[in-house]
Amino acid sequence: MASPIEQFQIKPIIPAIGFTNSSLFMVGAAALIVGGLMFASRKRAIVPGRSQSIAEILHEFVAGTLKDATGQEGMKFFPLVFSLFMFVLTANLLGMIPGFFTVTSHVIVTFALALLVIGTVVVYGFIKHGTHFLGLFSPPGVPGWLLPFIVVIEIISFLSRPISLSLRLFANMLAGHIALKVFAGFVVALLGAGGAIAFLAPLPLLMAVALMAFEFFVAVLQAYVFTVLTCIYLNDALHPGH
Amino acid sequence: MAQAQTTNATTEAHGGAHEDVGFPPLKTETFAGQLVWLAITFVLLYVLLSRLVLPRLGGILENRRSTIATDLDDAAAMKQRAEDAGTAYEKALAEARSRAQGLAQETRSKLAAESDAKRKVLEAELAKRLAEAEATISAKKAQAMGNVRGIASDTATAIVERLTGKAPSAQTIQAALDAVKA
Repeated sequence: MASPIEQFQIKPIIPAIGFTNSSLFMVGAAALIVGGLMFASRKRAIVPGRSQSIAEILHEFVAGTLKDATGQEGMKFFPLVFSLFMFVLTANLLGMIPGFFTVTSHVIVTFALALLVIGTVVVYGFIKHGTHFLGLFSPPGVPGWLLPFIVVIEIISFLSRPISLSLRLFANMLAGHIALKVFAGFVVALLGAGGAIAFLAPLPLLMAVALMAFEFFVAVLQAYVFTVLTCIYLNDALHPGH
Repeated sequence: MAQAQTTNATTEAHGGAHEDVGFPPLKTETFAGQLVWLAITFVLLYVLLSRLVLPRLGGILENRRSTIATDLDDAAAMKQRAEDAGTAYEKALAEARSRAQGLAQETRSKLAAESDAKRKVLEAELAKRLAEAEATISAKKAQAMGNVRGIASDTATAIVERLTGKAPSAQTIQAALDAVKA
């Protein structure tokens, strides 16, 4: 029986260009997003059909989340936030299909996405506000003697953002898939043991089914959490004065 | 984490005969490839979404918003027009009603006047005819009365002649008649 972490193995498909199963699912997710949205909106109907409704709901959901967190001026980041949400969501959900590779179960991928967010925040913050952006690290209304500590804490908190942002997504996807695989492995092991023990096999199967549902929930929730936090961080770039 | 890396390192040290061994997300040799493909994919996704998909979706939503707004405006304008038409109708109806009433009143009074006039003409005619009839009657009566005197004198003359054998004079008869009459 395969080990629970075998599913995270990177396997080359076209070694010459470094194309692996991970690359395949990245490209697949992007193609699915663009193709799916283009297909859904092909009619440009005033009264949307089912697929167009889904595309519109996704659009308005992300736009609403971004606008709630950053206000109208944050909408310039909408393509970025929408791309991030759709990419993470699609990668998470694609990973739920048995046998498929989960792009977001690799910390380097989630860390790169988190760095993209924080990089955008830092670059845009300095371009828009210059040194005033550093006001992010000194909240107003803090007594002078406390300020050095607060600034240090704020800087640490800011630097830990990409780490927490990436590890949260990575760990959730990784742990979920491992748990699923472990319970699925129990089913096989119990059946393989034969005799009376084989009759216990449905128990971990039930658990695996329940976990599957839970993991779908986690897949969507983590994409949403990633997006909301992205919006909150972008709000710092837009309004560093809190 | 450190443990996994150790495992990883051990695997590599052993020549990496089994690729499955080690914790895949921490295999640093796969990082570069993943980053490159992530960059390619994500940039492509970003460009396609921001250039192609989002303008299209945004356009659809904007189009719907403006269509609904226009439709609502149109509906409001039409409602206003309908209300105006309703008011105009009410006004026309009231006007027509009052005109009809005026007309009826006029007709009624005209007819009354006409029939009045006719009645008067008829009455005048009847009065005339009555007067004529009365005049005829009185004329006939006078004539008849004149005849009565003649008959009376003739009769008286004849009676006196039979009784006396001699006709009385006309003056005597006339005087006697006047006395009787008186």
